[in-house]
Amino acid sequence: MPINKNQTRLSVLKTYKLYIGGQFPRTESGRYYTVNDADGNALANACLSSRKDLRDAVTAARSAFGGWSGKTAYNRGQILYRMAEVVEARRIEMIRELTDSGSSTAQAKKEVDACIDTLVHFAGWCDKYQQLFSAVNPVASSHFNFSVPEPMGVVGIMANNKQPLLGLIQPMAAAIAGGNTCVIVAHTDRPLAAISFTEALATSDLPGGVVNILTGKTSELLPWMAGHLDVNAILMSSKDNSAWKDTQLAATANLKRIVSLSENDALSPYRILDLQEIKTTWHPIENIAPAGSAY
Amino acid sequence: MAGNSTTVIPPDFRRTAPVDQTGIEERAARFTKRSIKQSSKRQALNMVLNMIDLTTLEGKDTDQKVRQLCYKAMHPHDELPNIPTVAAICVYPNFVRVAKKALDGSGIKVASVATAFPSGQSTRAIKLADTRFAVSEGADEVDMVISRGKFHAGEYNFVFDEIAAIKEACGQARLKVILETGELGSLDKVRRASEIAMYAGADFIKTSTGKIQPAATMPVTLVMLEAIRDFYYKTGIQVGMKPAGGISKSKLALHYLVMLRETLGQDWMSNEWFRFGASSLANDVLMQIRKETTGQYQSAAYFSVD
Repeated sequence: MPINKNQTRLSVLKTYKLYIGGQFPRTESGRYYTVNDADGNALANACLSSRKDLRDAVTAARSAFGGWSGKTAYNRGQILYRMAEVVEARRIEMIRELTDSGSSTAQAKKEVDACIDTLVHFAGWCDKYQQLFSAVNPVASSHFNFSVPEPMGVVGIMANNKQPLLGLIQPMAAAIAGGNTCVIVAHTDRPLAAISFTEALATSDLPGGVVNILTGKTSELLPWMAGHLDVNAILMSSKDNSAWKDTQLAATANLKRIVSLSENDALSPYRILDLQEIKTTWHPIENIAPAGSAY
Repeated sequence: MAGNSTTVIPPDFRRTAPVDQTGIEERAARFTKRSIKQSSKRQALNMVLNMIDLTTLEGKDTDQKVRQLCYKAMHPHDELPNIPTVAAICVYPNFVRVAKKALDGSGIKVASVATAFPSGQSTRAIKLADTRFAVSEGADEVDMVISRGKFHAGEYNFVFDEIAAIKEACGQARLKVILETGELGSLDKVRRASEIAMYAGADFIKTSTGKIQPAATMPVTLVMLEAIRDFYYKTGIQVGMKPAGGISKSKLALHYLVMLRETLGQDWMSNEWFRFGASSLANDVLMQIRKETTGQYQSAAYFSVD
């Protein structure tokens, strides 16, 4: 918040930190950068994350993966809904942070409301996408053959969208609704609302490490994310051709999936499917076809 | 192999000098501030790998599990050229024969726990029989536990005599004496137990069984290293050190190496005089070596599950 010269007390300015494994560490590098408002006035300092912060965030996301993907789909839905509840309680603060960094009041309100609605929307999808994307497959042998979606693992999200908060929450919600954990690099120039969002996350029921948020330069962090063998997928904008190509190349080391962030279709359940592996199981069954049934 | 002989006259262990706990903690914390990079880091990681006692001490251990671990000891990660093997395999006495056969010709030692591990609550006769069995099966090293109950009761002579008797039963095998520092309660007692063990003939002193928390910590290890240093100055006998339990990350292992180098010096910087008792440390070291080689952060998914 800009300092008002007429006020009688000095406001206590917030230190914007990272969110890794449910904790709020500063960057290990000790570096920071200044975040400006739309007019170029300094708003706050944010952490300029290093590759080691990224490494720590991926480690946290990996260790949270087993617990998160192992929860029942219904329970994940409850937790996403709870996230919507706590963001709703901080609605005014989030709106103010977006207006400080350059949104109009109407834009900011619309964006924060859309964020809350997105969380409720994907909370509902948590225990429903499986029915949409699963199949029982006809096979010519005496097997019960079925395919089900399973979460990929750790997902990297490069949230450099024109809407700094919604552009982060939409892909995040789709990723975690499907049982993935994620490491998000917030919007470089407008990261403050994202950090306040993590403070809401810390008071929701979301286990630490499921969502990790870094602030800093996408161009610095993306190559390390792309080469990291413990990251299973990356969501990023496909607009920058050279970054897209470099990421694709580096991703071959562990056959990472690179998904283009879609701005139009962000609420589709296919955004969940983008981050799922389809697992097919052949289950032997007694050949009881003469009795008139397949299984 | 020059073993620790028991010809040195032991002091009165009731008068062991007290330890400055605050000073030890501060000193131990300072070892974590050193920066080891690039080629030094590569060399240090190789050294750590070469100092590991790859350990499995589970109720669910089977012959096949021990064979698999022996294979891992000889082939830590075949994709990486020019990496050393681990120092030894550490198992229960009934698996010594299996391990010995599996490691035949590799130069990797077989260490066996003995003396009613991990509690040490049994009779002298059973502990001696346990030790003799492990040695007769071919164990190169014996990891014994001290009687912590007797130690707390102040019966230092009992503890001393027991270690001396086990040492005799070991014959040519090297004896590591586990103090189980997590059950000793203070650094003063760690220092006293270290001295009892060394004067009674220990070739190595070791922090923990791995079954009790806290296991190895840097302050505890520093107290033991200083006890080894002072014992060496008094008697000229070199005793080894083995922190065990709770060291699962390479970075922490490198801190231990710094502490070793700055407390005991170059003479102790080999697996003849220093070991890490660990099961999951090896994979983390391999991941770090591979990261240093390829420049990419690694995933546990590409390393063997132990």
